[in-house]
Amino acid sequence: MEQNFALELKNITKTFGSVVANKNVSLQVRKGEILSILGENGSGKTTLMNMVSGIYYPDSGQMFIDGNEVTIASPKDAFNYRIGMIHQHFKLVDVFSAAENIVLGLEDEKGFDMAKNIEKINKITAQYGFELDPHKKIYEMSVSEKQTVEIIKVLFRGADILILDEPTAVLTPQETVKLFMVLRNMRESGKAIIIITHKLHEVLSLSDNVAVLRKGEYVGTVKTAETSESELTEMMVGKKISLDIERSEPENCEDRLVVDSISCVNREGVKLLDNVSFTARSGEILGIAGIAGSGQRELLEAIAGLQHLDSGSVIYHDPKTNQEENLRDKTPMEIRQMGVRLAFVPEDRLGMGLVGNMDIVDNMMLRSYKKGKSMFLQRKNPKSLAEEIIERLEVVTPSADTPVRRLSGGNVQKILVGREIASSPTVLMAAYPVRGLDINSSYTIYNLLNEQKKKGVAVIFVGEDLDVLIELCDRILVIGSGRIAGTVDGRNTTKEEIGLLMTKSSREEQEGGSEE
Amino acid sequence: MIATIIQRAVMQGTPLLFGSTGEILTEKSGNLNLGIPGIMYVGAISGVAGSFLYEQAVTTLNPFLAVFIPLICSLIGSTLMGLIYCFLTVTLRANQNVTGLALTTFGIGVGNFFGGSLIKLVDTDVPSISLSATSTIFKTQLPFADKLGWFGDIFLSYGFLVYVAIIVALISSHVLKKTRTGLHLRAVGESPETADAAGISVTKHKYLATCIGSAIAGLGGLYYVMDYANGVWSNNGFGDRGWLSIALVIFSMWRPSISIFGSILFGFLYVIPTYIPDITVSTKKLFEMLPYVVTILVLVITSIRDKKENQPPAALGLPYFREER
Repeated sequence: MEQNFALELKNITKTFGSVVANKNVSLQVRKGEILSILGENGSGKTTLMNMVSGIYYPDSGQMFIDGNEVTIASPKDAFNYRIGMIHQHFKLVDVFSAAENIVLGLEDEKGFDMAKNIEKINKITAQYGFELDPHKKIYEMSVSEKQTVEIIKVLFRGADILILDEPTAVLTPQETVKLFMVLRNMRESGKAIIIITHKLHEVLSLSDNVAVLRKGEYVGTVKTAETSESELTEMMVGKKISLDIERSEPENCEDRLVVDSISCVNREGVKLLDNVSFTARSGEILGIAGIAGSGQRELLEAIAGLQHLDSGSVIYHDPKTNQEENLRDKTPMEIRQMGVRLAFVPEDRLGMGLVGNMDIVDNMMLRSYKKGKSMFLQRKNPKSLAEEIIERLEVVTPSADTPVRRLSGGNVQKILVGREIASSPTVLMAAYPVRGLDINSSYTIYNLLNEQKKKGVAVIFVGEDLDVLIELCDRILVIGSGRIAGTVDGRNTTKEEIGLLMTKSSREEQEGGSEE
Repeated sequence: MIATIIQRAVMQGTPLLFGSTGEILTEKSGNLNLGIPGIMYVGAISGVAGSFLYEQAVTTLNPFLAVFIPLICSLIGSTLMGLIYCFLTVTLRANQNVTGLALTTFGIGVGNFFGGSLIKLVDTDVPSISLSATSTIFKTQLPFADKLGWFGDIFLSYGFLVYVAIIVALISSHVLKKTRTGLHLRAVGESPETADAAGISVTKHKYLATCIGSAIAGLGGLYYVMDYANGVWSNNGFGDRGWLSIALVIFSMWRPSISIFGSILFGFLYVIPTYIPDITVSTKKLFEMLPYVVTILVLVITSIRDKKENQPPAALGLPYFREER
């Protein structure tokens, strides 16, 4: 008789407002098996797993554990069904030791005995081949050690089904190899493991089966041994969809920004940018594609003067004076005055660029408060600018005096991008400007960028949706793990080509890592 | 002479020790309760009111009831203050600093109002109430205290609340460091979202810690009136002891065990001017600043050393909403 599935999902659907995050998703995982859930950013992988771990509740569909239908309404329920999820953002108390974090929230049968708990932790670490000092404080730990604590926390609670959300996103290649070894040990001991990822090589080297999601829809499950990279890529990105974004031919192109082999490392010594070189030309939209967190943010911040560079140079050709200047030694204020603008839309839109509690006019003034002749602030010009943006970009707001945080996400983004454009920049950098926007608002933003391009501005557009990048951009720079993986022409490239480039660089790194 | 100074320092420090132990428990749950001065004041007046009514009602005091009634009244009064604070900051998510400061003003107002009313009732010439009979019971020394010379003076000569203060501080220290309850409470103050995800009730821990902390702090007020001030209540007599308690929390780096020594040091700095011959009023005022100066020094040193364990709880003063990430 066939063994029951450790976990089976049937026709799970979940919507957030009008956005469908998951539609009729079905998948199964057995004990002693590693299942990969593969999909692009925003394809609903994490949402799906959050439903299994009780954070969200599905709109419809069924879940089965060991063949019995179950309802998981809270993280506690998930834990009772021995499901443990390791989130991308760790939930740990910094000043506590590893052991204290692991036992947090549990009930004691008889008395609180730390020594006994530590003994049990050591047993788990030995069993699966982890390396962990239970007395070490979290704030002294590296990211990979913190992840180890999270995994042990879940195992300590007796989880049989482990879900890991992008576990390798924060790890170095060597640490990834170590993690995979541990995961294989767990598979041997009969745990069911689900790993969410968008890295093809990880899927191929680790998992038994692959379930692919695309834009919230379940594409299918294949056996890893019987599939290939190109088949998975095709399942993941799907066929090209035409969006009909008007794209004019670039005119009067001249080099505006020459980025020459810049590198920077973060505090842990991980390279965020590695020898990145490219040229942004006026009258052209340069797209930047890549898996989230591959260095896009650092790249833009480096140009805007917000990120310290360890080597390389950023040469700016000033169209007014025809002089060349190195932006590397300039302050953000000086760079702004030269006409380089950054409209960065972070995950929380208000985080950078706008102040939520201030109204639209005041937010306009964040860029112009240094202007004006008297000691008092001039509110007249910013006010007319705010009204102009509201009218032109069709911002839905009661008035220009409404605090920005009361507006919907799309309107907030229009104001942010509108303000940067209003200062007639020479270089406009927009990172994820359409994130979370509906189709109409997205098109408003695309048109704005196109308009700037026609005006001869060098536009740099960081985007997630490959379809949009291909439709909108003249050239697309593909970035992976802080390195340039390649540059393609937006007019005659395919999603498959970009997809392969996106995953290529991290794969090379992986192979390099395992040789060490 | 030295024995007397130490004795006075301990007595001076005891209200501070109660206040700071209570505030440490509260702050460990992430609540920055600046209402402590008001809460201690309410703890004092509640005890006074209870004791006053009891003294008026009977002719001879039953020693047990003479202690028990003010003690219970004081605990109820200060716990109620803690409840108000929790309801406003945890349930309604009001700003903690504003709520705390408002409670201080409110508590002192309540104290002075009822204090003034009681003073009117007894109809005396002096603006104070004397509960000397009750105070005598509160001040009962341990046996042998006066037969053992300096040893008795330093260690045995105090009323029972002094020992209660030290024991409560030691128990708090043990609970925070060694028990699961303490672990969970610290987790709530450090990272409520982590605690929540681990299945710990953030609201419950905040309410309990704050109310128990307030009750403990209120005992500081009771001790001050009944023991230190010999049962004499006069409006605004409590001085800045509430704020000193909060300074002591920072001085002891959120550790009740260090608070015991800190309170004696603060008490010492407080009483030392009276033992300096020919001291002027202005110099005396300078001495009164010393506890705060010491606290600032501790703050400077701990922030230079930047050791995470010596920092305030990471989520101190921040309200917690599960939905808002």
